[in-house]
Amino acid sequence: MQIVQQLLFVIAFGVAVYLFSQQARQIRKNILLGQDEDLSDHPNLRWRNLLLLAFGQKKMFRNPLVAVLHFFVYAGFVIINLEILEIILDGILGTHRLFVPVLGSLYPILIGLFEVLAALVLISCAIFLVRRNVLKLRRFMSHDLDGWPRSDANYILITEIVLMTLFLTMNAADQQMQARGAEHYIATGPFWISGQLSPLFNGLSDGAVTGIERACWWLHILGILAFLNYLPYSKHLHIILAFPNAYYAKLEPMGEMDNMPAIQHEVKMMLQPELAADAPATDVIPKFGAKDVTDLTWKNLLDAYSCTECGRCSAACPANMTGKLLSPRKIMMDTRDRVTEVGKNIKANGSFQDDGKTLLRDYISEEELRACTTCNACVQECPVSISPLDIILQLRRYLVMEESSAPAEWTGMFSNIENNMAPWKFGPEDRENWIQEMNSQS
Amino acid sequence: MRIKTMAEYAANGETPEVLFWVGCASSFDQRTQKITKAFATILDKVGVQFAVLGREESCTGDPARRAGNEFIFQMMAQSNIQVLNMYEVKKIVTTCPHCFNTIKNEYPALGGNYEVIHHTTYLQQLIDAGKIVLKDGGAFKGKKITYHDSCYLGRANDIYEAPRKVLEILDAELIEMKRCKSNGLCCGAGGAQMFKEEEKGNVRINTERGREAVETGAAVVAANCPFCMTMLTDGVKEAGKEDSVKVLDLAEIIAESLK
Repeated sequence: MQIVQQLLFVIAFGVAVYLFSQQARQIRKNILLGQDEDLSDHPNLRWRNLLLLAFGQKKMFRNPLVAVLHFFVYAGFVIINLEILEIILDGILGTHRLFVPVLGSLYPILIGLFEVLAALVLISCAIFLVRRNVLKLRRFMSHDLDGWPRSDANYILITEIVLMTLFLTMNAADQQMQARGAEHYIATGPFWISGQLSPLFNGLSDGAVTGIERACWWLHILGILAFLNYLPYSKHLHIILAFPNAYYAKLEPMGEMDNMPAIQHEVKMMLQPELAADAPATDVIPKFGAKDVTDLTWKNLLDAYSCTECGRCSAACPANMTGKLLSPRKIMMDTRDRVTEVGKNIKANGSFQDDGKTLLRDYISEEELRACTTCNACVQECPVSISPLDIILQLRRYLVMEESSAPAEWTGMFSNIENNMAPWKFGPEDRENWIQEMNSQS
Repeated sequence: MRIKTMAEYAANGETPEVLFWVGCASSFDQRTQKITKAFATILDKVGVQFAVLGREESCTGDPARRAGNEFIFQMMAQSNIQVLNMYEVKKIVTTCPHCFNTIKNEYPALGGNYEVIHHTTYLQQLIDAGKIVLKDGGAFKGKKITYHDSCYLGRANDIYEAPRKVLEILDAELIEMKRCKSNGLCCGAGGAQMFKEEEKGNVRINTERGREAVETGAAVVAANCPFCMTMLTDGVKEAGKEDSVKVLDLAEIIAESLK
C-alpha cells in the first residue's frame, strides 16, 4: 500500500514538473521573439536592483500597509517552500516528517515559524480579497480586468487561503495523532498554532484523524503542484519573473529615450553629405518603431509576462485618471496576450502565419497611444520594473514614421520644426526678440 | 545689462562661463519670456558671464522624438550639437526641463557631451556659494507657496530637492500638494501633448492639477518648466483663482526677491 502511494506521488510530481517545464520553455521562447537588446552591462548595479526591488520589494513600500501584507504573503510563500522540500522527500521515500531526527528540537520551532507565516498569509489574502471584492478599490474595478483577469486574481487568493488552511489542518491532525502516541506519527514537540487547534479533533476516531491528516497532506501538495502549473497562464507568474525583470531594469535616467542608430546615421549622411561617399552601402531598409510584439525588444516582452496587473501604473497615469482611454496596465496585458497568441501560432504552424492581426490597432488603439504625456508615473510606480512607456513610444514611432499617422496639430508641429527650427510658427530671428527688449531697456 | 550671444563672444575671442540655453517655450511667448528675462537678470546681477545662442539655437527635438518622429529629432539634435561643438561649449544651463533632459541624457549618444544644469539646481548652487542675497522682508516672506514637480526634472531626472532648497531661503511657508515629488501629477504638456488637444476624457489634466494646487491654499504655485507654467496658469484660471493665486517660475520668484 505504501509503495503504491509513493508511486502515485512520484508520478504526480514528475508530471507536474514536466508540464511546468514545458510551459516555462514556451514562455521563454515567446519572450525571445522580441528584438535583441544587450542588457549585460553593469552587473553590480543590476544585482543591486534585483536585491532591492525584487527581494526587498522596495517600490511596494510606497504604500506601507499593503507592502507589509504583501510581504507576509511573499515571505510565507518563499519560506514555507522549505517545508515543501520535506513533504516532497516524504512523498518519494514514503517517510513521515523526515527532518525530525535531523533537526531535533529545532524542528517544532521551524514548523512553528512556518505556521505563523501561514496564518499571516491567510489573513493577508483574506484582506486582499476584501479590498478587491468588497472595498472595490478603483484600480481593481477598471474595465482592464473585466472577465478572466478579475477571476484570475480571486482564484490566486482563494487558492493560497485553501493551501494554508490545508497546511494548518494537516499539522493539527498530526499533533492530535502524536498526542495519542500513534506509531507512525513521530513525536515532534508542540507546533505553535496547530498545537492549539489540535483539540478540535479530540472526539474523532484514530482512523478519522489519520484520514484528515493524509487527505490534507495530499491535497496540499497536489494543490501546490497544480498551482505551479497554473502560474504560466496567470498574472501570478510575477513571483518568478519579478526577479529577472528587476535585474534587467533600465539603468539610465527615466527621461532618456533609446537612440535609433539607423536614423542617426541616415540624418548624419544628409547633414554631412561629404561623409556619404565613404559610408558602406546598405540596401536593408530597417523598420522603424513597433507594429507587433516581434518588433518590441525581449525586455518589453519579459515586462509583459512579469506584469501582475496590480494597476498601480494606471492609477498614477494622468491620462487614465482624467478619463482618457489610455491605461498602462492594459498596454502590458495586451502585449502579453498578443505575444502568447503569436507563440501559439508559431507552435501550431512551425513558423508565424499571418493572422491579419497586430498589437497596434487590434489590441492597442491610436487613441490610447496619443493620450500619453510621457510623464513616467507608470514606470515610477511599477513594483516589478516594467516600462509601459517604452512600448507606447515604440508604437508611436511606427505610427509616425511608417504610416505618417499623426494628429494634424502634430504634423504642423513637425513641419514648423523642420522649416523654422521651432515647434511654433516663429522664425529663428524671433528668438532674439526678448534679447533686444532687454538690451534696449538698459 | 547687455545679453550677448555666443557669436559675439567668439568674435571677440572670448569664452563665457556658461551657455544659457533658452529653449523654444521661453523664447517666443510673452508670459514665458519673463522666465528667461528673470533668469538672465539673476545671472547678470550675481556676475555670471553667460551667453545665449540667439538665432543659432534650435528646438532640441524633444517634442518630435516623443511624438514618434525620430528623423526630425535627429536633424535638430545633430545640428544643435554641431553648433555647440563649434563653440566648444562645456557648460549649459537651461530653464526648460525638457531641453535639460534631452541635452543631458540624449545628446551624448550623438556626440554632444556637456555639463548640463537645470536652472533650479544652478540657483541652488549660487545660493550655497553665497552669491544670491535676498532683500530683507522679501516679497514672499510668510506667503504660502506650493511647488509643482515637473515630470522631466523630477521622475525623469530625480531632481526633487534643489528647487525646494531654493524656495526655503524665501522664508515662505512651503506647502506640498498631496501628489508631490515622485508621486507628482503631470501638468499634461509632456510627450508633445503641448502641441495638440487632449484626447477625449472627463477632465483636462491641467484642470485637475490646477485644482489640486489651488486647494493647498497657496498664494503662489512655483513651477520650474515653461510648459508647466502655461498649463498651470490655465488650470488655476479654470479654478477661478487667477486673481489670488500666481503661477511663477523659481527664477521669477528669486529675481523678485534679489537685493
